[in-house]
Amino acid sequence: MSSESLVLFFIIGVVLVGGAVLFSNYFAPKSSNPAKLEPYECGIPVKDGSWIQFNVGYYLFSIIYLVFDVEIVFIYPWGTVMKDVGLTAFIEIVIFFVILGLGLAYAWKKKALTWV
Amino acid sequence: MKFLYDFSILTNSIHQMLAASLSPLWVFIIELVLVGLVFLGFYAILGLFLVYLERRVCAFIQNRLGPNRVGPQGIFQTIADLVKLLFKELFVVRKADKILFNLAPFIVIIASLMAIGAIPYAKGLHAIDLNIGVFYILAVTSLGVVGILLAGWSSNSKYSLLGAMRSGAQIISYELSVGLSLLAVIIFSGSMQLSTIVESQANGWWIFKGHIPAFFAFVIFLIAATAETNRGPFDLAEAESELTAGFHTEYTGIRFAFFFLAEYMNMFLAAALATTVFLGGWMPFHFFDFSGFNYVMDFIPPFVWFFGKTFVVIYIIMLFKWTFPRLRIDQLLTLEWKYLLPLNLLNIIVIAFIVLMGWHF
Repeated sequence: MSSESLVLFFIIGVVLVGGAVLFSNYFAPKSSNPAKLEPYECGIPVKDGSWIQFNVGYYLFSIIYLVFDVEIVFIYPWGTVMKDVGLTAFIEIVIFFVILGLGLAYAWKKKALTWV
Repeated sequence: MKFLYDFSILTNSIHQMLAASLSPLWVFIIELVLVGLVFLGFYAILGLFLVYLERRVCAFIQNRLGPNRVGPQGIFQTIADLVKLLFKELFVVRKADKILFNLAPFIVIIASLMAIGAIPYAKGLHAIDLNIGVFYILAVTSLGVVGILLAGWSSNSKYSLLGAMRSGAQIISYELSVGLSLLAVIIFSGSMQLSTIVESQANGWWIFKGHIPAFFAFVIFLIAATAETNRGPFDLAEAESELTAGFHTEYTGIRFAFFFLAEYMNMFLAAALATTVFLGGWMPFHFFDFSGFNYVMDFIPPFVWFFGKTFVVIYIIMLFKWTFPRLRIDQLLTLEWKYLLPLNLLNIIVIAFIVLMGWHF
């Protein structure tokens, strides 16, 4: 039993959270007033919403992340066969990492890694 | 290779017992329900215990007593907390996106549950044993960040949004280091299947067999996994002195408890993965050819080894949290992108060279 367990664990998660939320919805006391349903802002009246344009700094990091994460996905299969393939695999990964390192150096030089 | 404790004998006998009297479909359903119940109980109890453990360790470090009223040594404190949280009102902020707000705890919990199921706890004692085990765990845990981002965004609260964005940047950054440090052992063992990786450590754990680079990868994994679970000195996402509670500011009652639970189970998962990949999983400690010593070690059951090692790693992660001051977001990203990532890339090349030369054991 392995691949069907994936679905099983999904179902366990839904049952665990859903069950507890339903239980709580049914048994917990309910009361409501306008101030209670405002988002928390340390007690002062809430000003505007929070669905706004956000700092681009995070966006840059996510782009660089995307590049590196895809590379890692490709390196994993290489890792499993490294032992068997030997020298060819080693030379190839050195070339690959040099290119990857150049990419990182470029991002570094362009100050994409500096927090603004 | 023969092991003293082989749980596949137990699971096979249960399977045969069921198959003797029932049709295959019912056997399948009953087995699914059994595995589901076991993991549900395991997950809930372990989560409650970890919260209790954290409070006791924190109290120990700060020279306090910690919870000590409910039950012996306060062991039932978290159960009392759970009951309290179950009977607290669940409400949704008026301007929030209600669907996404309700969906977020599901995603966070499912991501951690699906990963926990893939850990081999003893020989023959694992629910999911894919041949791409390490890869699967990385893939599933990275879904957790979606839940966190949804929680922060849908709450329509400024603190939540700031916490979620910080958390997103932090988790995706440190995921690179987690992936690359796990790759170290995959190069050594030549397999991504977790049970194969554990069995390749029968004559010695990778942290010892893999010379200094393996130890280095282990240290990087510990740092990156701590950051990945939003813990320790890296808990910027819920820095209570600036963001109240970060991405779960607006969550109440049991929904809040699920974020809390997921955080602790992710810590367990990080420790369990470190144990499985670097510290030999459920393999007993063997010392070269001292067969007498090795024989005695074999008598300690594998799950004692597994949980013993895991809780040592968990204790180390907890020590991080209560020892180091919190980092700033720029320091955090600098640490990952300018130190850990280049070092990790170099480390991989060194490991590839060691494997090429056949210098590992």
